Amino acid sequence: MPTPKDALKDDSQLRQKTMIADHFTRLSRAPDTGEKCVYTYVPGNLTELLRAFGTLPVLPEINALQSGMRGKSRDFIALAEKTGHSEDVCAYVKSDIGMQAAGNVGPTGERLPKPDLLLLSYTGCFTFLKWFELLREQYQCPTVMLHVPYQGEGAITASMRKYVVDQIKEKLIPALEQVTGRAYDEDLLKEHLARSAKAEDDLVAVLESAKHVPSPIDSWFGGVYYIGPIFTAFRGTQDAVEYYRMLRAEVEERVRLGKGPVTPDGDLERERYRVVVEGPPPWTHFRELWKMFADEGAVVVASTYTKVGGVYDFGFRHDPSRPLETLADYCMGCYTNLNLPTRVDMIARYVREYSADGFLINSVKSCKSFSAGQLMILREVEKRTGRPGGFIESDLVDPRYFSAANVKNRLESYFQMIEQKRTGVGVA
Amino acid sequence: MKYVVGIDLGSTTTKAVVLDEGGRALGRGITNSRSNYDLACQVALTEALIHARFSFVAQAMEERGVPPERARGLLGDLERLFRREQYRGQVDVLERTTAEVVGRFGVEDARRGVAHIVAAMRGESDALYAKGASRKSDFFRDLAGSRWHALAEEEARRGGGDFDVLVAVFDKAILEVENTPWAEGTFERFVRAALADAAGAAGADAAALAGGVDRAVSLALEQWSSVGTGYGRARLPFPKERIRSEILCHGLGAHAMFPQTRTVLDIGGQDTKAIQVDEHGIVTSFQMNDRCAAGCGRYLGYIADEMNLGLHELGPLAQKSERSVRINSTCTVFAGAELRERLSLGEKREDILSGLHRAIILRAMSLLARSGGVHDEFTFTGGVARNPAAVDALKALVAENYGALTMNISSESIYTGALGAALFALRDAKGRTSAPVAGEVAA
Amino acid sequence: MSALTDLLDRAERVYRDWRFTTVKEWKARTGGLAVGYMPVWVPREVLHAQGVLPVGVMGAGDDLEIIRGDAYYQSYICHIPRSTIELALNGSLDCLDGMLFPATCDVIRNLSGIWKLTFADKLVRYYDTPQDFDPARGGAFVRKDLEELSEDLARRGARPLTAAALRRSVEAYNENRRLVRGLYDLRRDAPWKVPTYELYVLLRAGMVLPVEESSAMLASYRAAVEADTSRRPMDQARVVLSGSFCEQPPLGLLKTLERSGCYIVDDDLAQVHRWIRSDVPLEGDPLDALVAASLHDAIPHPTRWSEGEKKGEDLVERVRRSRAGGVLFAAPSFCDPALLDQPMAVAAIERAGIPWTAFKYAENGGQFQVIREQAGTFADSIKLWSAA
Repeated sequence: MPTPKDALKDDSQLRQKTMIADHFTRLSRAPDTGEKCVYTYVPGNLTELLRAFGTLPVLPEINALQSGMRGKSRDFIALAEKTGHSEDVCAYVKSDIGMQAAGNVGPTGERLPKPDLLLLSYTGCFTFLKWFELLREQYQCPTVMLHVPYQGEGAITASMRKYVVDQIKEKLIPALEQVTGRAYDEDLLKEHLARSAKAEDDLVAVLESAKHVPSPIDSWFGGVYYIGPIFTAFRGTQDAVEYYRMLRAEVEERVRLGKGPVTPDGDLERERYRVVVEGPPPWTHFRELWKMFADEGAVVVASTYTKVGGVYDFGFRHDPSRPLETLADYCMGCYTNLNLPTRVDMIARYVREYSADGFLINSVKSCKSFSAGQLMILREVEKRTGRPGGFIESDLVDPRYFSAANVKNRLESYFQMIEQKRTGVGVA
Repeated sequence: MKYVVGIDLGSTTTKAVVLDEGGRALGRGITNSRSNYDLACQVALTEALIHARFSFVAQAMEERGVPPERARGLLGDLERLFRREQYRGQVDVLERTTAEVVGRFGVEDARRGVAHIVAAMRGESDALYAKGASRKSDFFRDLAGSRWHALAEEEARRGGGDFDVLVAVFDKAILEVENTPWAEGTFERFVRAALADAAGAAGADAAALAGGVDRAVSLALEQWSSVGTGYGRARLPFPKERIRSEILCHGLGAHAMFPQTRTVLDIGGQDTKAIQVDEHGIVTSFQMNDRCAAGCGRYLGYIADEMNLGLHELGPLAQKSERSVRINSTCTVFAGAELRERLSLGEKREDILSGLHRAIILRAMSLLARSGGVHDEFTFTGGVARNPAAVDALKALVAENYGALTMNISSESIYTGALGAALFALRDAKGRTSAPVAGEVAA
Repeated sequence: MSALTDLLDRAERVYRDWRFTTVKEWKARTGGLAVGYMPVWVPREVLHAQGVLPVGVMGAGDDLEIIRGDAYYQSYICHIPRSTIELALNGSLDCLDGMLFPATCDVIRNLSGIWKLTFADKLVRYYDTPQDFDPARGGAFVRKDLEELSEDLARRGARPLTAAALRRSVEAYNENRRLVRGLYDLRRDAPWKVPTYELYVLLRAGMVLPVEESSAMLASYRAAVEADTSRRPMDQARVVLSGSFCEQPPLGLLKTLERSGCYIVDDDLAQVHRWIRSDVPLEGDPLDALVAASLHDAIPHPTRWSEGEKKGEDLVERVRRSRAGGVLFAAPSFCDPALLDQPMAVAAIERAGIPWTAFKYAENGGQFQVIREQAGTFADSIKLWSAA
């Protein structure tokens, strides 16, 4: 999701960079070209549908995390807190509100367009509701609430699916027709969905390449780049299909050459620890944390964060033959829409299937959808896998919640603990 | 002889533990110098080696048949006099640096006052280290600081200079005093001077004592390996492979002190750690507090400041409580406000303090629960383990929640991390394939 | 007078009893099931109709020392889930056959998952209240959800749900809600007669006792305070207390606010009694009626999507209706819904020229001095402002 900088220099990443740059340029010109812009969220994003109506998606979480990576979130958050937001609440919201107050200049330095529609896809996060209420106050534009039911019982029922489909059919599609002046074209939507499925196949192959020892990729630090296009504005586009084909080929080549993952300092020489990570990264200290892992030879072989915009590795694919139902299933299947027992199953499965030495939780202060219950997850996954769990705390984009000394201390202790356990004798 | 050293660079003090090739503890040292990490390590190591050398004096006397009780007395005298020499040596450095500071900052009016204070301090050194005299601290900064303060007040009253200027001179100078390393041969100079004064009282054992000192002085100590750990370990002058996490060091150190240990709780100034170890001292899981310092030693520091008490006075005062007040927040930011509100409501100081100690221990209990609970035996380490009210609260809560089990607290618990580090150093020195060594250490 | 004191003593005892003694007694007496619930959107009528006792579990207030609960939560999570877990682990909730977690926020939602993992043998349901208010969409969805809940209860030995029984339950809760509304109206008109902390302990007791008993209690209280001529008006500022809908403030805080010179004339406390605003119709299918009420007659709320309404206008309206001089925003620390709602509500009441002040609390917070000063100053300024 971040803009790949010098960290990843493969062709696929250069291509992604171009895709993103083009998209933001198009967004900045939208007020002149008349293209309609829809603000929506990563979890439960309905990009194929938006694209089928010719609208351009804007994702406020991505802008917020970019602000974090670019070192701007501290000031944006301060701006939002000055206007009455509490220190206690989600920093993504505050970073976004602050960015808009400061002129709505996006990650590429170009101004972002005002929303023509707010699509509140209310998936796996209650704060989304408040966030778009705040934006609605500001922009006074049409807003569609798409209530995506939570998988409280660990499954999608017919009633849940019908609820989502009916909302798409009866609320969202008419709203998009109204905003764009275009009629709903289901065939066009199906074409997008077919392309999504193709890209999803390649994405899964990339993510599962980490089952190799040594792993050719890092599924968290690297993973957030890999999920970029498919989690944001590009799912269902030809650009995305080609990006994932390229990425897959590159990763397969790394496997063939026996190469380890890319790190901020080049290819990792020796894989010492394989871990699964639960939770989002601290964007303000992304590279610093990545280096802490790389310095220890730690590779993230699977992560839950790379599933927030869709869980594809257990078989789900967008299915053009049932276009609205497949969109509903997609929304309900996103990681943060899963209940805790399902999350525990998933992490335990990753630990086993990716031959991990253990799993680490990065608990972020902002996101209670992730963090409330993580200590329970820690306990349960340890119990089920017999592998040690590690726990670090930080925030998404509020730099005040990152203590490098504290995080480093816990990480080093965690990796040394694995090492000590592995060598067994230690100091007996 | 070869030795290995473990150094634990904490947030308030730096500790060193020295072991011989067989893993036998030779000595330990501590300093509160924080101005310079390299130097803090050096000072702690120097102190540990002094301690080690004194252990050879003791050994020599034992070999010569000096009765143990008598040998301990003689050694105590020798060490006390050695510390006096050390103090005087540091006063000499203080004299030099304060004079230099006076010149550098052009506060010539203070020169005479400074000279008077230094002279008075030197004059007091005999009394300060007289037999049976008690000292407020073992650290030069504390000892000299409190004397300087008192003498500067007197001096100012007598018109010997401005009090604030005199104190400022000391504050500038003390850093440099701490940063002045020991010159070659210093141990010998001090110990021989101490021996000269101690020999008279040694009577028939004077020869044995002198022999011991000869052995200690002539001992060639060669560093074989070292490992650093602790809060400031990233700043230690050690290569990365010689740095170990404090969690691992604490686990192993606690295991070496109490081999049956399964759970370790360490409450230090900056953080609290709950650690589970297996029968070999290998860490199996751990939890630490987050960036919030609530429930750490630092919190007690705030409370002590707020109540105008010394840190060591808090525990005993809290133990006088008959009716503990329930305190729900251990937030350091609100500590002062909560305290004042309680006092204004008419609650007794000891009752509030008792509640505060319990609140801190409750935070530790939640970390223990997160790390996997409390298992027999349970070892409590860190600065807060020296606080009797904290120990009482912990004992009660552990018994309530985990049943009766053995709780270990060592008077040497402040050295737990450094001991663990020293054991890692020994393992590194012996190579990874060698036989276990911790068993030998326990001796 | 002494009857009133006895009544309030009993209510406060029930409210403070985190061991839920009355629930255990009720179960022993009736042999029925008891199911706990968290704030706000609880379909108590459905439980009642199946012979199940709905039991409000609003954390443990300031009476319980948290020993195990903190092991489940980081420092940046609110307090209510810690004390709720503590209650479960110390055995206080053993008398409950299940727990219901209505959709209010991510913390409570995830708590339902912790419950599923920890208490696998109990009925644990997340109750996903609809954010789409169309009867054919949101209505159909929530009706199905309620039917599933009802079937779950029946599988555990509760009576099957019948229309007749549900109608009777709706009637019982309509009656209870009328009494609660009546007391809110009385407090609005004569706040010196109905101190908030008294009303509050009655509402809290009503979340634990059977509804019929709660109604009797509310009616006796009303009769007693109306007859009591010793309660005289004082020169206090009228305020609306906003934001305390989930984790509840300690009773000491409510007392502090009133003692500092405020009359609380409207609030967000114990909303389970008031989230349906008027009587649920008794005609037609009662489940449909209940569903319709939850779609169209529910209160505006920070955890509920506000279709087409302007944020904060409902608060302005409440201030006007209750003739309040200002708003006290009191949100629990780390409560995302309340704290993110606040700037929008503040904007609305500022547009309307209404004074306000804000503070945060925790259910077990013991420091009221700062709040006392803040609320006292606020009350004085309102009085000055309205006199000017």
